[in-house]
Amino acid sequence: MKGEAEQTTQAVKEVYTGSELLIELLVEENVDIIFGYPGGAVLPLYDALYRSNAPFRHILSRHEQGGIHAAEGYARVTGKPGVVFATSGPGATNLVTGITDAMMDSLPLVIFTGQVSNQVIGTDAFQESDVMGITMPITKYNYQVNDARDLPRIVKEAFHIANTGRPGPVVIDIPKNISESIVYEPGSTTFDLQGYQPTEKPNPLQIVKLGSALSRSQRPLILAGAGVVFANAAAELTQFATMYGVPVVNTLQGLGSFPEENELSLGMGGMHGSYAANMAIQECDLLINVGARFDDRLTGNLKQFAPKAKVAHIDIDPAEIGKNVPTDIPVVADAKEALQALLEINIDKPDTTVWRNKVKENQTAYPYWYEKPSEYLSPQWLMEQIHQRTDGNAIVTTDVGQHQMWAAQYYKFSRPNRWVTSGGLGTMGFGFPAAIGAQLGKPDELVVAIVGDGGFQMTLQELSVVKQHALPIKVIIVNNEVLGMVRQWQESFYEERYSSSLLTANPDFVKLAESYGIRGIRAENEADADRALAEIFASDEAVVADFRVAWREKVNPMVAPGKALHEMLGVKK
Amino acid sequence: MKRIITATVQNRGGVLNRITGMLNKRQFNIESITVGASEIEGISKMTFVVHISDEQKLEQLTKQLNKQIDVIKVSDITDKAIVARELALIKVGSSGQLRAEIQGIISPFRASIIDVSKDSLSVQVTGKPEKIDALISLLRPYGIKELARTGVTAFLRGQQPRQVTDIQTVYTI
Repeated sequence: MKGEAEQTTQAVKEVYTGSELLIELLVEENVDIIFGYPGGAVLPLYDALYRSNAPFRHILSRHEQGGIHAAEGYARVTGKPGVVFATSGPGATNLVTGITDAMMDSLPLVIFTGQVSNQVIGTDAFQESDVMGITMPITKYNYQVNDARDLPRIVKEAFHIANTGRPGPVVIDIPKNISESIVYEPGSTTFDLQGYQPTEKPNPLQIVKLGSALSRSQRPLILAGAGVVFANAAAELTQFATMYGVPVVNTLQGLGSFPEENELSLGMGGMHGSYAANMAIQECDLLINVGARFDDRLTGNLKQFAPKAKVAHIDIDPAEIGKNVPTDIPVVADAKEALQALLEINIDKPDTTVWRNKVKENQTAYPYWYEKPSEYLSPQWLMEQIHQRTDGNAIVTTDVGQHQMWAAQYYKFSRPNRWVTSGGLGTMGFGFPAAIGAQLGKPDELVVAIVGDGGFQMTLQELSVVKQHALPIKVIIVNNEVLGMVRQWQESFYEERYSSSLLTANPDFVKLAESYGIRGIRAENEADADRALAEIFASDEAVVADFRVAWREKVNPMVAPGKALHEMLGVKK
Repeated sequence: MKRIITATVQNRGGVLNRITGMLNKRQFNIESITVGASEIEGISKMTFVVHISDEQKLEQLTKQLNKQIDVIKVSDITDKAIVARELALIKVGSSGQLRAEIQGIISPFRASIIDVSKDSLSVQVTGKPEKIDALISLLRPYGIKELARTGVTAFLRGQQPRQVTDIQTVYTI
């Protein structure tokens, strides 16, 4: 009898609830941080979290959107999937912007949403929302768990899908009764993914084709996108470009994949890219796209894009090849694998001297330019200062808009995984919470959030998180009291009708920061700014700095909407 | 151009929603979709009839379908030797006197009358969409009260014609 009793206790110990099982599965996936916000449908999950001694931290955001952007920032700088918890209904719907953002910028996330119990799904129950339906078009894949025994397979698959091939967000929707249910025998972790086999190795024939196109080319150009960063292929890219003397243009998201101090770097291309980069695209006879998706902000008018070029496109997502730009040499592969293969074959080195000189001439003749306004701070000058004072080594996060473009133009990146910006979706309010995630993912690095006064106000409630976890983030508010990019377009294309773009009732950001117990600084002129910047970068604590910059300043140069890359405006003073 | 595309998919909750959602999001114009079980348990077969403006769009369609995690295989079978069939149910207004006449019309189509009421009869017809179109236009004068078509389902014929390269071989066969 005694023996039997012992056996029973042992058996009881092996019984989990769905929530406890999930926590264990997250430990197995080496999760170290969860970004989340509790609520009714995830109470069992949060209770299991409370009771467990799992080796990860839970970071309570102050709004689900803040939580998921933090997870994106974390994923961007660590290369590991960001993990998010949120409750059903409003918790899940508050994630929608972040999920879409991650989908557009290919960031690996695994998101767990609570759901109302199975029995009441479909009855418009309290805090019910159709998370599967809502997130289907904005996720790489999504699951609803109908049996807690499936959790081991689903969680394993989700992490695999999120961070292989072209990364992306995966949602797992868990009804409350499932997370509460007792699991006697967890199911297996064997994948059931017959339709998911990303091609990582390039077809050798295509590599040879690309090689011979390069050897015949007189004006080759590389366009390097975020695919290089995700594939951890910056070293291979640099080696390849230098070996054959091929100039490199970066996309916005590809910044950092090729060192901007390298003499072959032309910096960013596209709408607010450098003149030299855009002209190189228009003039080249071979365009080698490595891991970029020919986004419309990069290409300008597609009909006149790279008119003289034979196009080669290396991408892990076959659907990106030929989607916007007809492609002569498609290579479906991981960027690292493809570049390694290219480095291994013998390619007759093309003589690109004339071409490189021409490209260089443009670069010298038409650099980014700005004029310092007399009364206010120059935002471009501010970016240069930040770059200088951080030795170009900071992790920089941004929202979307003018400050983002200035940061992209003037903060020269020499290493990958240090540039965290919302490119595809262009999400205001992304930069500050993303900095929180980046700082948590890289606690020893300097993290600078460059935000606009508009965007910062969309997610500034996360200042509580900065305070709570003593995160030494430097928040640089490029404050022009307008929605800068909207205003710029209104000035340029809508005859200065500033419809709803002037922010006339901004808070006092210094007092605001102080109310959260965070140091606040204001700078209204260069002398102020010098002092402020010195203080900011000397401090080992968080600082929120309100830099009052000129409101009329425009981002130059610019490819106007619908125009081709060679029709840039504002190229010179 | 009109294309017939088949896809084998894992039969999971929401798979139809996933695919139609993607088609809608990317602005593909679908004429019909059929879904049903295949010879393998857990695997379904879908047949799409789509109108596509150019080759680039067509390539995008197959690529975007393939990109779906639940999709195992996608084939554009338009230019292959295929069997493609559709079923239609057609309810025609008909008094007793007209029944024989309608019977006469539908018999060459190997269609059959599957329901009769005092003022209508229902015809079932299977075949290529053009054949069904033809029968519908013949029945229209009698007054079609209700019409339901399933959309095309299709697959490859067991034998595909060999590429003829040498005219000699044709004659020697």
